[in-house]
Amino acid sequence: MYAQMIKTAGTGVKSREEMTEQERAFQDKIDADIKIEPKDWMPDDYRATLIRQIGQHAHSEIVGQLPEGNWITRAPTLERKAILLAKVQDEAGHGLYLYCAAETLGVSRDEITEMLLDGRMKYSSIFNYPTLNWADIGAVGWLVDGAAIMNQVPLQRTSFGPYSRAMIRICKEESFHQRQGYDAIRKMAEGTPEQRRMAQDAMNRLWYPSLMMFGPSDKESVHSAQSMAWKIKINTNDELRQKFVDQTVPQAEYLGLSIPDPDLKWNEARGHYDYTDPDWSEFFDVIKGNGPCNVDRLAARNKAWDDGKWVRDGLLAHARKKRTRNLAAE
Amino acid sequence: MTRDEAILQFLLRMGDNTLILGHRVSEWCGHAPVLEEDIALANTALDLIGQTQMWLGLAGDIDGGKSADDLAFLRDAWDFRNVLLVEVPNGDFGRTLMRQFLFDAWHSIMLGRLMKSSDERVAAIAAKASKEVTYHLERSGDTVVGLGDGTEESHARMQEALDYLWPYVGEMFASDDVDAEMVAAGITPNPASLRAEYDALIMRVLSEATLTIPESRFAHKGGRDGRMHTEHLGHLLTQMQWLQRAYPGASW
Ligand SMILES: [Fe+2]
Ligand SMILES: [Fe+2]
Ligand SMILES: [Fe+2]
Repeated sequence: MYAQMIKTAGTGVKSREEMTEQERAFQDKIDADIKIEPKDWMPDDYRATLIRQIGQHAHSEIVGQLPEGNWITRAPTLERKAILLAKVQDEAGHGLYLYCAAETLGVSRDEITEMLLDGRMKYSSIFNYPTLNWADIGAVGWLVDGAAIMNQVPLQRTSFGPYSRAMIRICKEESFHQRQGYDAIRKMAEGTPEQRRMAQDAMNRLWYPSLMMFGPSDKESVHSAQSMAWKIKINTNDELRQKFVDQTVPQAEYLGLSIPDPDLKWNEARGHYDYTDPDWSEFFDVIKGNGPCNVDRLAARNKAWDDGKWVRDGLLAHARKKRTRNLAAE
Repeated sequence: MTRDEAILQFLLRMGDNTLILGHRVSEWCGHAPVLEEDIALANTALDLIGQTQMWLGLAGDIDGGKSADDLAFLRDAWDFRNVLLVEVPNGDFGRTLMRQFLFDAWHSIMLGRLMKSSDERVAAIAAKASKEVTYHLERSGDTVVGLGDGTEESHARMQEALDYLWPYVGEMFASDDVDAEMVAAGITPNPASLRAEYDALIMRVLSEATLTIPESRFAHKGGRDGRMHTEHLGHLLTQMQWLQRAYPGASW
């Protein structure tokens, strides 16, 4: 889940009587699972909320290159290096699809990028945690991509056409990433004592940040109800988090890795695992900019953007010159 | 020098070029000027690492059954056989792309010749790599033109990159006993025989880029025979080989 705590624009779900005729027709389409396309009429609040959500998701793909890129030059084998390069390339591609989906809502990639760079828009809290040993790369694929998939699979059915189509493309690759991540950490868990130690250390550090990816409990939120009525949010945060825990615990057991939660246990009556919630005060610190890597991540993105200005300007100037020359030749 | 000794050296030269350049290009991950370039650079690095697996895989077979990973991660700098051009630091994006172009141009011509190698294994790897490299060259060439003939600043930076990298170009065309043995066996072309085609190719692109090729033909050498690498290679290997060195015998 790369979109956390998206503030839904508007005042909450309107009753049919409160809706204008246009709004009613719009809601009927959504209820009938007819996709909303960029040229269709849509409420301003729907548009604004989607821009926030798709934008945050796109930014997460981009910033997410950094913790993984941190290990590309130190990958232990040629094959692992190739797999990681391919994954990071996919993530950048996901960013591209999503920026394109956002553009159909009337916000350019440059505008939305500026909003990331000056802190007006956020990216997923998970990417503010460091990758400290090689097992982290396996754990990121397994847990982080795994958590992302939980949210993104239902979003394939989201009401906005371009977003839904981007999700369909992205989900295929994400499940591949998750399998490769699991394979990488399995190799460590089955390896030497030092490798096992790395794997357990990765698990200890990344478990709770992965649970945080789903955002705080949103049972009470009116905003979330509106997003759900619009089908841009399909499940509650708690539903998805539970699903993730239920899926992950047996996998961790198979690896022989312990989950850093002494109260984690199967609840026969509920048919789910009981687990400890993450420390939400830590989560809010990270969201406010006080995570272990927030400052460095944003500085890295800003530096890339600033250092790249001459390149973007140069290529643009060349394209203009070429166009002028072609026109003159006609 | 036996035939096998010579072919091993040749394979290391090919595989170390792609390994070291692939590593350098991968350093850009997440830091490129624009998203499309992040994708393209990762893709180039990925192709080069894939080619490394083929060249060093074959080298390892000949070298007593070593794996490509053994060769990549467990040799010290003096046993590397890449040209110096690929180990120089990335510098700015302009230098990275100029280095890529200067290498791609040689690489594409070289692979074209190697496709006709008398050694089928070599010809097969070259055929596979050649498709990828044709695309690399198209891309790096277009970018060099775009930036050379872009703004005043981008032009100046690209000229600076060319001036800096030019002395590293000549080594790609140098030859020694290894080459003599390979040429005699019909396995590789004489490196010097690639120069005319190379000059024509880069002349065409660089003039479209409004850049001036330096007059000097001076060439730094010492990479492809391992006699004297730059100071940079040791740092690169320190990073690349760290896990394998720190945890010997582990499998990843
Ligand atoms: Fe992704
Ligand atoms: Fe991801
Ligand atoms: Fe992914």
